[in-house]
Amino acid sequence: MTRKDSHVRLLNRTAGRLSRHRRGRLAGLVLMILGLVLTGTLYSAFAPAQAGSAENNDALVAEGRELFLVSCAFCHGKNGEGVVTINGTQYGPPLAGVGAAAVDFQVATGRMPMAQPGQQSAVKPRVFDVEETAALAAYVATFGPGPAIPNESDYSLEGMSDAEREEAISRGGQIFLTNCTACHNFNGNGGAMPRGGAAPSILGTTPEHIYEAMLTGPGNMDSFSNGNISPEEKRDVIAYIATIRDQPEYGGFGLGGLGPVSEGLFGWVVGVGGLVGFAIWIAAHTTRTTKQPTKGADA
Amino acid sequence: MSDAHDDKTPVARTGDVSGNATGNLPAIPDPGLPPHQWRPTDVDERLAKRAERQVAAMFMLSSVFVLLFMVSYFALKIGDNQTTFAGFGASNIALGSTLGVALLLIGVGIIQWARKLMGDHEIVEMRHPARSSDEDREGTLEALNLGLEESGIGRRPLVRNSLLGAVGLLGLPAVVMLRDLGPLPGDKLYSTVWKPRMRVVRDVIGTPINVADIEIGDLVNAQPEIIFAVDEEGEHILEGVELQVAKSKAAIIVLRMDPSDITVAKGRENWSIDGIVCYSKICTHVGCPISLNERKTHHLLCPCHQSTFDLADSGKVVFGPAARSLPQLPLMVDEEGFLMAQSDFTEPVGPSFWERG
Repeated sequence: MTRKDSHVRLLNRTAGRLSRHRRGRLAGLVLMILGLVLTGTLYSAFAPAQAGSAENNDALVAEGRELFLVSCAFCHGKNGEGVVTINGTQYGPPLAGVGAAAVDFQVATGRMPMAQPGQQSAVKPRVFDVEETAALAAYVATFGPGPAIPNESDYSLEGMSDAEREEAISRGGQIFLTNCTACHNFNGNGGAMPRGGAAPSILGTTPEHIYEAMLTGPGNMDSFSNGNISPEEKRDVIAYIATIRDQPEYGGFGLGGLGPVSEGLFGWVVGVGGLVGFAIWIAAHTTRTTKQPTKGADA
Repeated sequence: MSDAHDDKTPVARTGDVSGNATGNLPAIPDPGLPPHQWRPTDVDERLAKRAERQVAAMFMLSSVFVLLFMVSYFALKIGDNQTTFAGFGASNIALGSTLGVALLLIGVGIIQWARKLMGDHEIVEMRHPARSSDEDREGTLEALNLGLEESGIGRRPLVRNSLLGAVGLLGLPAVVMLRDLGPLPGDKLYSTVWKPRMRVVRDVIGTPINVADIEIGDLVNAQPEIIFAVDEEGEHILEGVELQVAKSKAAIIVLRMDPSDITVAKGRENWSIDGIVCYSKICTHVGCPISLNERKTHHLLCPCHQSTFDLADSGKVVFGPAARSLPQLPLMVDEEGFLMAQSDFTEPVGPSFWERG
């Protein structure tokens, strides 16, 4: 027996041992994770370095395309043309013209990629990091002209005097109360929508994402394009939302600011429940004793 | 009230009843009240003292909270520069909790006093018949008849009839004053401030809407131009109550959808512009303002009672208690490309009213 033979046998034995597990329950998962890790490692090893603006953008688009084909194309189609089910409904909507802003909003808030089809894509921890999101956004933006990702200067009140700032916030408040509160609540706490949907709370949303949501109208939300509500007005609305976020609850516990539902529940459970508790305590029998008072009649 | 210890329930009556009903069965004797059981605080002076101290402690603690209330009333700032505590307005929290606890402690102290220290022997108060005694009834009738006789209301019809007339006429001032609650609505319920060729402007901001600026999926909360219009001297044309009434009736929502989504009703062929449609913002159920729109389904939901209107199909009711479609405002475009109304609404906006049937 040569040395080479023993090597081959060893290899065969190892392969055989692995092969025993190939129909195991977790084999698919393990293989997929291995594949993903391998893809990711290879990708990060061979990904083009970022340099120069035009080249950089091309590289970004190419990177985005790779990611898109792996993570998005199943529902949105390989060229973002959308996928229609046999019932004629959209599996994933076409992405031409949604713009980089929509991608940044959906992907950075974890709404996309969707875990499962449903009434509304749920917010979850983001799957793609900042660079990957930028690459995806750059790629989807090539499908057709659409709103770009806003810059910080678009929604910041930097460089304004205090008076201008106050004016902007109060104007933003009026616009907010007219256009946003129907769904998102006067406190920005969100609310229920038909058929199991919900308008999310916008108190924890970053200014960038609020801006993008207004521009693109995610899910069932109406869009408020720049021709509808101007960029300055959007900036004011965002400034107002920041103030309601920071504002102390002067009136005491807001109970979520949801109005009669939470307040009624609190009143019935805690308020009436407390009264019932007191009533029971008042009427409860006190401790009794078999002893008699020592001297004479009690008062 | 009579004391139970010496006032036993009468036995004779129960005996009568059982005798009549079943003949020979002996009456069940009234067992009376069980013997009184004493509380530990009644028999042990030390426990009584302790309960006394508890009650007094609660009353004194209540006073402490009243003092704390006074301190927080003067110490905590309100208004523009409120003192805050853990994200709450400190003044409201402090005043509410100190006064609440102070009142609660008085109440709890009194109940504890009653339960532990006040006398608690059982008492019985017998039930009395509700009917007045015959003497009382006769006396009352006598007094009434005497009054009628002496006033002479039966013998002097002139006095009686003129009194009835005077009192009856007192109804008139009441009716007249009811009129002062407001003028009759007249035909005001049938129309709004919308006029032909009046521009549609954004609510709050007051800027006109260029058709080219509005994208598919956009929703604009809008008003007629006259709400923001000023005359030569810069005075608002509509002001005060008049402004609020005009605004509340003329409020609209404008939205742009894919023109192929719209089911065009007969006679409304030219009411929309490239998918831009315009509807009253006032729910036809009880008049809540609605702009809770679902972009993909074009369903507009009223948050008050969940009436839902299909804006792609002439504002028809698809769910909820509303009985009428949402009135649509016919749109047109002026020479500069801005949206304006072809006319007023073609039907009354808002909830149904008596004359509309």
